[in-house]
Amino acid sequence: MRSFSILRVVAKLLIPYILLFAFYVQFHGDFGPGGGFQAGVIFAAGIVLYGLIFGLRAAQKVISVTLLEVMIPTGVLIYGGTGVICLLAGGNFLDYRVLDHHWGHGLVPHGQHLGIFLVELGVGITVSGVMIAIFYLFAARRQTS
Amino acid sequence: MTESTQFIVIPLLGLLAATALTVARMRDLWAAVMLSGIYSFLGACWMMVLDAPDVAFTEAAVGAGISTVLMLATLSHTSRTAKSRPRISWPALIVVIVTGSVLAYGTLDMPHYGDPDAPIHRFPSPTYIEKTEHDVHDMPNVVTVVLASYRGYDTLGETTVIFTAAVAVTLLMRIRRPEVTAS
Repeated sequence: MRSFSILRVVAKLLIPYILLFAFYVQFHGDFGPGGGFQAGVIFAAGIVLYGLIFGLRAAQKVISVTLLEVMIPTGVLIYGGTGVICLLAGGNFLDYRVLDHHWGHGLVPHGQHLGIFLVELGVGITVSGVMIAIFYLFAARRQTS
Repeated sequence: MTESTQFIVIPLLGLLAATALTVARMRDLWAAVMLSGIYSFLGACWMMVLDAPDVAFTEAAVGAGISTVLMLATLSHTSRTAKSRPRISWPALIVVIVTGSVLAYGTLDMPHYGDPDAPIHRFPSPTYIEKTEHDVHDMPNVVTVVLASYRGYDTLGETTVIFTAAVAVTLLMRIRRPEVTAS
């Protein structure tokens, strides 16, 4: 689809805002609608759009397969790791109350908020990685067969 | 539901039904995939009318966006039109009509939309709304608190399911390097 100049221009205009909106949904999910899953999917949709218009090779220059293979388990590890940290800090698994701290007041979230922030970050990383990875696999298959 | 939203809801549901019927009758699979994307998009609008923006985000991005792309990619491996029109199978038709009537009959017992006395509004959500203020001080979004904190274990499971799906799809679909065939 590289030859359709309207598609190319519109996609170039839209993609930064799609990605920005994904980050907004991710980091504002504590206050407004959204969260890790929605943010991950919207981010992936931006990359998928880029891949559709400019080709798989160009998309893989932005987010390589190696990066995806790191992203997918990292998200789950962040989620599970948050639970383990809660355990080590003396609470129950995924009981974020024990994450209370007293530094960076107002800047760094604490307690329950910090736990939810980390957990949602993990979900976002995994979901966006998985969605992009599945798209890459389907698109790569199409070129060879 | 107020009077004004009726003007949005009825055409929206009508369009949803029309799209679904068209997809069911369609032989051209490419057009059917595009129409199912439109169906998801209308579904997202419907979620928005029901004040569920986060579900609408998901429906628009997954249903209308990514799954449409994946379905199109799948179509490129197979054929673009469905095989010959299937004959009507009477037992199947009877099963579908009976199941549909039972489901429609079941909805008669459901509370009206937005009814404050509906079970879903009486239990357990008021408890969450009351307790969130005490348990989580600076998080106004009760939905996120329920998903990530009260039901954190479930969400961990869901994330693991997505992870597992990626592993499975990667194992199934990854292209084997041609030079590996040294046997």
